Amino acid sequence: MALSRRKFIKIGSTTAGAVALTSGLTTDWWSLQAHQLPDPRTDGDRIVPTFCELCFWKCGVLAHVREGRVTKIVGNPKHPLSNGRLCPRGAGGVGALYDPDRLKRPMIRVSKRGEDKFEEVSWETALDETAARMEKLRLKYGAEALALFTHGYGGSWFTQLVKAWGTPNVVAPSYAQCRGPREAAFEITYGQGVGSPEAIDIRNARCITLIGSHLGENMHNTQVQEFADAIGSGAQLVVVDPRYSVAASKAKYWLPIKPGTDIALLLAWMNVIVTEKRYDADYLDKYATGLAELELHVAGKTPEWAYPITGLDPGLIRETARFIAGFRPSSLVHPGRHVTWYGDDTQRMRCIAILAALLGSWGRRGGYLLPSSMGLRKYPPFSSGRGMADAADKPTAEHYPMAGEVLASGVCEATVSAAPYGVKGWMVYGTNLIQALPNPKQTEEAIANLDLLVAIDVLPAEIVGWADIVLPESTYLERHDDLWAASYKEPFVAIRQPVVEPMFDSKPGWWIAKELANRLGLAEVFPWKNGEENIRWRLEESGYDVEAALRDGVVKGEVVPVCEEEGAELYFGTESEKIELFSQQLADAGFDPLPEFTPPDEPPLGMFRLLSGRAPMHTFGRTTNNRDLGALMGENEVWINAMAARSLAGFEEAPLKTGDYVRLENQDGVMSGPVKAKVTERIRGDAVYLVHGFGHTAKGLTFAHNRGASDSALTTRFKVDPVMGGTGMNVNFVRIARAEA
Amino acid sequence: MLLKNYRKRYAMVMDTRRCVGCQACVLACKAENGVPHNGYRDWIVTETKGEFPHLSMEIRSERCMHCTNAPCVTNCPTGASHYSKGGTVQSDRALCTGCKACIAACPYDARYVHPDGFVDKCTFCMHRVERGANPACVEGCPTKALAFGDLNDSASEVARLLRENPPKLLSPEEGTEPNLYFLI
Repeated sequence: MALSRRKFIKIGSTTAGAVALTSGLTTDWWSLQAHQLPDPRTDGDRIVPTFCELCFWKCGVLAHVREGRVTKIVGNPKHPLSNGRLCPRGAGGVGALYDPDRLKRPMIRVSKRGEDKFEEVSWETALDETAARMEKLRLKYGAEALALFTHGYGGSWFTQLVKAWGTPNVVAPSYAQCRGPREAAFEITYGQGVGSPEAIDIRNARCITLIGSHLGENMHNTQVQEFADAIGSGAQLVVVDPRYSVAASKAKYWLPIKPGTDIALLLAWMNVIVTEKRYDADYLDKYATGLAELELHVAGKTPEWAYPITGLDPGLIRETARFIAGFRPSSLVHPGRHVTWYGDDTQRMRCIAILAALLGSWGRRGGYLLPSSMGLRKYPPFSSGRGMADAADKPTAEHYPMAGEVLASGVCEATVSAAPYGVKGWMVYGTNLIQALPNPKQTEEAIANLDLLVAIDVLPAEIVGWADIVLPESTYLERHDDLWAASYKEPFVAIRQPVVEPMFDSKPGWWIAKELANRLGLAEVFPWKNGEENIRWRLEESGYDVEAALRDGVVKGEVVPVCEEEGAELYFGTESEKIELFSQQLADAGFDPLPEFTPPDEPPLGMFRLLSGRAPMHTFGRTTNNRDLGALMGENEVWINAMAARSLAGFEEAPLKTGDYVRLENQDGVMSGPVKAKVTERIRGDAVYLVHGFGHTAKGLTFAHNRGASDSALTTRFKVDPVMGGTGMNVNFVRIARAEA
Repeated sequence: MLLKNYRKRYAMVMDTRRCVGCQACVLACKAENGVPHNGYRDWIVTETKGEFPHLSMEIRSERCMHCTNAPCVTNCPTGASHYSKGGTVQSDRALCTGCKACIAACPYDARYVHPDGFVDKCTFCMHRVERGANPACVEGCPTKALAFGDLNDSASEVARLLRENPPKLLSPEEGTEPNLYFLI
């Protein structure tokens, strides 16, 4: 193919010209020919610093613009999160900007909700309609009947808007569907959450222990950079995962644990460390309370006790406990990030927090560092004078007492049940609730109860198809957002500024929110003229060099001591002002003051536990329509253990092979779309694994539509964490059926 | 023996121990070089050995090996594939007829047919190297798993890495003398 489309050997003028053009290239003396080696000319005639929005780590980037078009995006060497290097998603921002499926103009629904039929309207009409229907909702039900679901940095404008308007229901699935249990557990134990970006010292850790966290596949850039540096300088890894993850492949110890039994392993590790007194006694003496209770609690929980629960050899459990303790205090038990697994997640994260304390790693080099942030002036807060109701996410007062944020899943439930009060309007900013919340059927039920659903988004994701009004936002490369003063081990302020003009009829979030505020009688909420004025005013009022900040994309703050070794003083915001190994706070609320293991439900015969995780080139379903990233991973695969595949019911005649298409059917009869099988030694036989974010059903996502399987659709069940309301989602089971050819 | 005439000898060292297989190198290359969606100048290979739970795995970022004894050059009927600066192997798209003899000859499957009809592959980003920058994949790699430089300069990072670590070569039996070295 393609043999003769080219003109055959243009020796004459082309070659002569090339000599002049490519003087730096060698002439092959034996062929007497100068060869062309063209410069692809992707360097920008302008280079604009901003920060990434492909995931929520928000690395500093440099966008190259050539003749008005973004050609490539590279890391900003001055930015402490990217250090000049990006993960594939960061470079894939170009594919987000030029995605042909982008929402182009405001739209209003013209048929039944959910049929995904819209007419394009002017911004004037769309904004008037949104404001009018918001006010109608407020007068009929009260402002609290509107909930804002938001994920992404531009969401801050809408948070400000709806809070001023009078609703407390501002939620992000990143809490109750992701890192919430971790935050609650560390707040309970240390009086302070871990936060994002996590101020952990992976680089200086001598031993890194990962509990189901698949760093490297889970690609938070700075963490992975430090992870590689740690490996490069000889750090040891202990990886606990039912799957032989990339991190497991680099580990000294891989513990292929039975899913859902991590608490038993962690208690057994503590048993060894406590009974053999391998903990940091001075540190605990100085900073912690509850060691005696812990000692008693873990007394019987030996490696032998954990063996039948976890499937892990007791000798291995004992050996790894000693190994981990041997590197303290620079022995980092990683706190993970997406930790909503089994509904007892706060207690599992408590185990990790307590273990970290035994190792003396909070506030120590190679452990958990003390983050700081830079001060930034704010415009005077505006109050509409309206009273604020309680949030709707907790149907009764005693539910989820340690929830640190309003729960997205709780607001969804309240929308279905109308308790404690009816939620009748959703404003959804950049979060595809059909994939982000468990049990999409419940989400659809909730949507059926709504008087108003407004979607503000870049792409026509599933949730957008359910909207009444669609407001197309510009991508992060086309807009200003508010300044970001990160709380991190080195404090900095990052600037998001437009690289190119907004495409189509999309508008920056600040503009949309400001226009709505004007129509809602809340013009004072945004007292600046535009996004740039806001940034300049805040930088200047805070005493920073505005031009340097805009040129560099980042302002770095003074480096302060981040650990005891550097002279930092440790402070704990708990009731006792100490690390609470034993938690009176939990006991008082009726929960286990020290973590107990409760066995997970077993997969029914012939079924596998459905596990999900991340791939380094995708951020959930947000990036799966991105052609640039799709070229790296265009669909997900279902991982199934090779031996389990050989004895799979229904495959007796033709055993399942890698690359065969199958469907997954869950315990409630929900069937996935066709998905490729990956038959592998790299996973236990009792679980299957999918990368999250695939299996889109929205037709407007013309690339991602029907590619791979959606773990979200199969997650019809979830277990709610009684401590903080997180939704444990690894509690679904699937069987595997061959997909028709 | 011809290559002794070159002052520099460019090579890449890829540390499989640091690599997480994220494909940042693949996208950095694609963006830098305008590689079409269905073409790849570099790619990730993940090689797993053993049976559950006794496993080992190697993750490699691969590309044209810029062989010292390159079968693509030997087999190219038009002279498009040639040795170039620093011992690199380049393909001149103006001379290429898209006959694919090089693709058949390459033991590393390093080349693909560009939609415009010529055969394309990694250039070691010579357009960047010429002005003192690293190849895009090296510069962008978040795990610093890639190093590039001149093996004839004993102070270069690649020379140092190869002095300190015995490297692995891919398909050494082909006699190609590749200039992409793997640390395992």
